[in-house]
Amino acid sequence: MKLNRLIITAGALSLAAGMGSAESHMSNEMVLVSWGGAYQASQLHAYAEPYMALHPEVSIIWDESSPEAVAKLRAMNEAGNITWDLVDVEAADSIRLCDEGLAMEIDFDAVLAPGDDGSTPTEDFGDSIVSECFIPQIVFSTTVGYRTDMVGDTPPTSICALFDLETYPGKRALNRNPLANMEWALLCDGVAKADVYTVLATEEGQARALAKLDTIKDSVIWWSASAEPPQLLADGEIVMGSSYNGRLFSAIAEQGQPIGMLWDAEMLDFDGWVVPTGLSEERLARVMDFLYFATDTQRLADQSAYISYGPARASSAPLVGNHATLGIPMAPHMPTDPANATNVFVTQYAFWSDYRDDLDAKFQTWLAQ
Amino acid sequence: MTDATQETSGPIVAADGRPLRQSLNRALRRQKIRALLLIAPLLAFIMVSFVIPIGDMLFRSVENQIVPETLPRTTALLGDWDPDLGEPPPEAVFAAFYTDLVLAEERKLHTRLGSRLNYENSGVASLFRATGRDVGRFDTDIYTDQLVAAVPDLEDGAKWAGWMAEPPVRDALPQTADAYDGWAQMVAEVHNADPVTRQPADFVFAALYRDLAAGAAPPPPLDVDVGGFETVSIRDQFAASDPKWLDTGVWRTMRAYAGPLTNGYFLNAVDMMKSADGPRVRPENERIYLTLFLRTMKMSLVITGLCILLGYPVAWILANLPLRSANLLMILVLLPFWTSLLVRTSAWKILLQQQGVINDLLVGIGLVGDGSRLELINNSTGTIIAMTHILLPFMILPLYSVMKTIPPSYLRAAKSLGANDWTAFWRVYFPQSAPGVGAGSILVFILAIGYYITPELVGGTKGVFISNRIAFHISSSLNWGLAAALGTILLVMVLVLYWAYDKLVGIDNVKLGG
Repeated sequence: MKLNRLIITAGALSLAAGMGSAESHMSNEMVLVSWGGAYQASQLHAYAEPYMALHPEVSIIWDESSPEAVAKLRAMNEAGNITWDLVDVEAADSIRLCDEGLAMEIDFDAVLAPGDDGSTPTEDFGDSIVSECFIPQIVFSTTVGYRTDMVGDTPPTSICALFDLETYPGKRALNRNPLANMEWALLCDGVAKADVYTVLATEEGQARALAKLDTIKDSVIWWSASAEPPQLLADGEIVMGSSYNGRLFSAIAEQGQPIGMLWDAEMLDFDGWVVPTGLSEERLARVMDFLYFATDTQRLADQSAYISYGPARASSAPLVGNHATLGIPMAPHMPTDPANATNVFVTQYAFWSDYRDDLDAKFQTWLAQ
Repeated sequence: MTDATQETSGPIVAADGRPLRQSLNRALRRQKIRALLLIAPLLAFIMVSFVIPIGDMLFRSVENQIVPETLPRTTALLGDWDPDLGEPPPEAVFAAFYTDLVLAEERKLHTRLGSRLNYENSGVASLFRATGRDVGRFDTDIYTDQLVAAVPDLEDGAKWAGWMAEPPVRDALPQTADAYDGWAQMVAEVHNADPVTRQPADFVFAALYRDLAAGAAPPPPLDVDVGGFETVSIRDQFAASDPKWLDTGVWRTMRAYAGPLTNGYFLNAVDMMKSADGPRVRPENERIYLTLFLRTMKMSLVITGLCILLGYPVAWILANLPLRSANLLMILVLLPFWTSLLVRTSAWKILLQQQGVINDLLVGIGLVGDGSRLELINNSTGTIIAMTHILLPFMILPLYSVMKTIPPSYLRAAKSLGANDWTAFWRVYFPQSAPGVGAGSILVFILAIGYYITPELVGGTKGVFISNRIAFHISSSLNWGLAAALGTILLVMVLVLYWAYDKLVGIDNVKLGG
């Protein structure tokens, strides 16, 4: 568990003058919770730094607890002390938090910026608004990266290479939770793509997925932070591993590691902000001010210059350009690029919001056996 | 002094004229109070920061308030239902559950309850979530429509409040009064609204229908004849939301956990579960805790043994070298203490991984082939290596301080009397160092049994301890009751071992120094 807190204090004092009484009712400190690593860095560059340049009085504290955000928010709620202001979570987690009353319902058209093309936020975000509490940022995918120098002349083209220990011997890294693993296991056990979630909703289907994972259990290193698999790949510890496509992109493009992307059956999902319920008025005012800024058309497009995740606003898509430092075009690295999205598996967040607790319990027990 | 002598000679008096006994008692009392005051800050600190929180945490291992508090109406009725008949509970239980669930959903408590019951019966969490979304849209609005058509005043929240304040009405309509109270309280707390301004929810009308259909005779205008009403089965409504509600499984779980206290967490912690006919062993694919307890014990013993093997010679050298070189060596022993635990463990990761330093070295000198690099990490080997290293100082230090007190002349005397090296060591030196071995072993073993961070980082899935599971339940699954039960068992195990050690070896034979 990383409790690595990065405290950023604002510079640019010259702007301080002029920031007047209008903002005095806003809190000047904000705790943002995200996923650490390259993704958090992209949020820092695209949202937080420009915001702090406009509001030098604000200091932002980052907390890398998003992987266990639901558990921590439940615990904070139990203790009656909410210390987070804005939390970055996956779509399914946002539905869970919304159901449990731990995330605030958002009136999208009232609190978010309209699109640059004049569309309302609801139209602009479209399908990515998966719950009343979820302010989407990106489209990402969970996919598999492999060591190009460890797979011989036959680089894997199918997700089932994960389960093929004969052709691709060596360790694999997989997420230490059931997400994506269960779906891939069923796909490679012969379940049709359309039936995966129907099967996974049954006891037998869950047992079947775990049985398939049993075949490779001894060859798997289980990760809990998505920065681990790129590192394990870079060290040559594993032959292939699942991670988020942006993490693998950073290892490939920014660090020049010999890693290839296996886009087959990439699990598309949304990621976005939720605001915890129970914030004081000052803190809520600051968060809303930040949200309005950080989710506008330009900011979402800016983020894609740092990491290969697609912006959730339709109006941001035409603004996606080149990588901020490498200068390479970002579009071909997006999970939604036609060349990559030949066999997409769309994560059913509604399924996961309902079944996550059940499957977590089963999966963790299975892991411990 | 006896009373008889006092009677004859009168009480002995102190200098101030008071009886001596009184004076003495008072002085003693003053001394006691002073002593108590001196330790009071520490005592208060320990109470507040240690005893009370731990007591509270341990209490969670039997606490089960959430079920009876969230489902008061259901749990009251479920006791009369016999799960062994294989039939789902009767309509009345479904009706009570409907009222409870709507109220819980409004308060957003149903998911928490679902998670709680999911600890016992995996699958309940999703059931509660899905039905929680449907329960507000059940077809019970037909009762509302029909009753309002018969008595238009039933649309008026103020009228309702008036009726529900009248004892004759409440007595005649018990279910309605109960449902109305629950609704009114919920509206005030969740919606911050005055119930007088709102028409009650459908479930209150459904309760009114049930009362009337059961032959209640409230004062007019509530004495509606519901004989010809169109009806809806609440059981069917639940079944339509999810057929699992017709299984006995979920109801069995609710029935077993209806009480405010439960032994379920403790049963769970030893791979058992509650059932209608007493505790029974869980199915094989759900058993993990006994394995983990056993593994924790075994590996802790191995680690303690390795620490003795590695620590004993080091302590001997330390105790027998001239002071200057001994100090230098001592610093080397203490150095790991001054390094962060996390850094040390991460360093082991770099050393032990398959492309790591140790494997590279072994491959380099040709001891193992490149294709068959040793698996030293993410398994129990990794945990044993890293933890032996981390706990070694706790073995060396007590050993060293005990060996320091053994005069070297004893060994020389033994040898001069004809003992060979081994006999001199085994018969003379070792028995004198045994208290150090005892102290070191207890320290290392007890520390090892509760270790968490190192196994988590280097243990993979086969090298984790019971404490990792406790940490998982504290921070991820939030099953604090189970974590508390596991923690209690671990604590009792350590106490039993300590007691056994005391009986076998004698705790007086343990020395940390001198």
